[in-house]
Amino acid sequence: MNGEEFVPLSLTPLLIGIFAAVACALPGNFLVLRKQALIGDAISHVVLPGIVVAFLLTGAISTWPMMLGAAGAAIVAVVMIEAIRRLGQIEPGAAMGVVFTTMFAGGVLLLEQTDTSTVHLDVEHALYGNLESLIWLDAVGWSSLLELTALAGLPPELPRIALTLVGVILFIWLFWRPLKISTFDEGFARTIGIRTGALGMALVIVAAISAVAAFDAVGSIIVIAMFICPPAAARMMTNRLETQITWSVIFASVSAISGYVLAGYGPLWVGGADAVSAAGMIATMSGLILACAALWGPCRTRAGAPQAT
Amino acid sequence: MLWDALSLQLGYNATLVAIGATLLGVSAGVTGTFLFLRKRALVSDAISHATLPGVCLAFMALVAFGGDGRNLIGLLAGSAISAWIGLLCMNWLTRRTRLAEDAAIGAVLSVFFGFGIVLLTVIQTMGVGRQAGLEGFLLGSTAGMLWADALIIAIGGAATLVLVMIIRRPMTMVAFDPEYAAARGLPVHRIDLAMMGLVMAVTVVGLKIVGLILIVALLIIPPVTARFWTDRSDRVVLLAGLTGGLAGYLGAALSASAPNLPTGPIIVLVSFGFFALSLLFAPVRGVLAAVLQHLKFQRRVHIRQGLLALAQGQKIYEPLTLRLLKRAGLARADGVATEAGKARAAKALRDEKRWEFVRADQAHEATAALYDGLRDIETVLTRDQIAEIDRLIGGPQEIRP
Repeated sequence: MNGEEFVPLSLTPLLIGIFAAVACALPGNFLVLRKQALIGDAISHVVLPGIVVAFLLTGAISTWPMMLGAAGAAIVAVVMIEAIRRLGQIEPGAAMGVVFTTMFAGGVLLLEQTDTSTVHLDVEHALYGNLESLIWLDAVGWSSLLELTALAGLPPELPRIALTLVGVILFIWLFWRPLKISTFDEGFARTIGIRTGALGMALVIVAAISAVAAFDAVGSIIVIAMFICPPAAARMMTNRLETQITWSVIFASVSAISGYVLAGYGPLWVGGADAVSAAGMIATMSGLILACAALWGPCRTRAGAPQAT
Repeated sequence: MLWDALSLQLGYNATLVAIGATLLGVSAGVTGTFLFLRKRALVSDAISHATLPGVCLAFMALVAFGGDGRNLIGLLAGSAISAWIGLLCMNWLTRRTRLAEDAAIGAVLSVFFGFGIVLLTVIQTMGVGRQAGLEGFLLGSTAGMLWADALIIAIGGAATLVLVMIIRRPMTMVAFDPEYAAARGLPVHRIDLAMMGLVMAVTVVGLKIVGLILIVALLIIPPVTARFWTDRSDRVVLLAGLTGGLAGYLGAALSASAPNLPTGPIIVLVSFGFFALSLLFAPVRGVLAAVLQHLKFQRRVHIRQGLLALAQGQKIYEPLTLRLLKRAGLARADGVATEAGKARAAKALRDEKRWEFVRADQAHEATAALYDGLRDIETVLTRDQIAEIDRLIGGPQEIRP
């Protein structure tokens, strides 16, 4: 394929997909190790009421209020889960289930109650995003990457998700030691003076931010898949956290690229006419990678666990 | 209008939906209880999302064989098969690999749902105009519910209830103490699978009314609500069925009473309403009860400390203590004890001395463990024992101000 076709139509969605996948997979490593993997699931459900409320308040589809609304809803959800867990002495899984289903139901109800027929805001869109539509119309070829006028026409999702990715990397790089120690041995972390409660909260907030940014570009299904599948697959490959994170980044990028390509061109190869959902395909690919890792990964079993036959 | 809906006067479709939602609520509440007691509530999330590819594949198969793609039995069978596969995948991931259960749930949920969405877009491009109803499985659609659909839901719900009743005892045992159940020779793994199978049945039955994303709420919220009211598992099951059924009925009626009120979300919000009420007002476990308990405790501590201060002739600076003593008629506004106050204060100080003696004596070790600074010594020692202690302490002495 030549640059004239590839750069405007496929480069930006591909980059956005990769950035979103990596931005979710990085905090996902810690969430999976801390057994908080379903935070991503909860956040991606509660984002819906957030953006609907933001839309109702501003009356327009504009990005920043919606991102703020989504982030606000994520924080409300985290606070509510914690409050219900403490006040009602309920196990965290059930508390999470109560909160995110209720908020999602509230979002759907609000959406049905308001007249959103004139704007592009519906549940399906929120669930599986619209990666394919994020094209770069101003580009004419590889040379456009160096032209300022063409760069100004980039879809705004790209710089946003790139910025988020940089932020996530910075967070993990800055807090690497405390994060690693508190993930593996919280008691020890506390004795050497790490504030584990605040750090855990910060991790959840970083995860929420990357979820919201990725959600804006690619929909919630990729967010859940990327929080869990690449880190889980990487977990089967190694016992070292550094290596695991490297693997998870590789897995996330591979699933983003292969999923996008398969969604766009796969149906054409088998004789179909139209592309299928890229978001769904990326999630499926990450699942296949996880399945392979679970079947053949070198560190797939629990250390010391009896080998059941 | 709402009254019409509640008394099932709002037409054929609304009545069907209300009956179906009630039955679904009951069976979801009852089944979800065991899942919640087993601390695996979110497994239902994975199961419900895993139904999507099955629905799509069943639709494609039905269309390919020239049938009507919206045949509910066919779609439900497809969804049951894919949910079962998802369940087995999840089980395999938790048992055979190092992944924890939450990661396995998330992986199955996202991958199956993602694959389902790929299939949905494939169906959209197949160019069959009949796929319109398929998106309804995401959030439920009750508008076009038929008599046959309601019948399937009723039979499915009733069958689930009967099965739950049959295997409720082993399920309860596994939920509370899996090691003990295994030691008794119960096949824990198979009972777990049966539990999940029942959850899957409820999910599949509920797809039509509340949709696959919100069925999780019906499985989780009623048991959590019921748990506030009682500590006995059989009553939790009953109450969960009751609140689930009530939420289903009220939600369906509410949504029929006005336009633009989708059934599934309304049912979920109604059951959340029940949950919030229970969280606040349930006896013993509710927030209000806990606050009252705390206030009562606080009052007792203040009065006790105030009495000790009076007995030792110290001035009371804490306004709350003074207020409480005054209200109880034990002290005047300037902090001087009344006659009743003096008597109580002397007794409080004496009790403190008795406790001091009890706690210093090895022979009273078990009694001493009950000391919390508030407990009256008469409630833990007999009169003879107290007299014995008093003899050792010596008689009461005058306290000089």
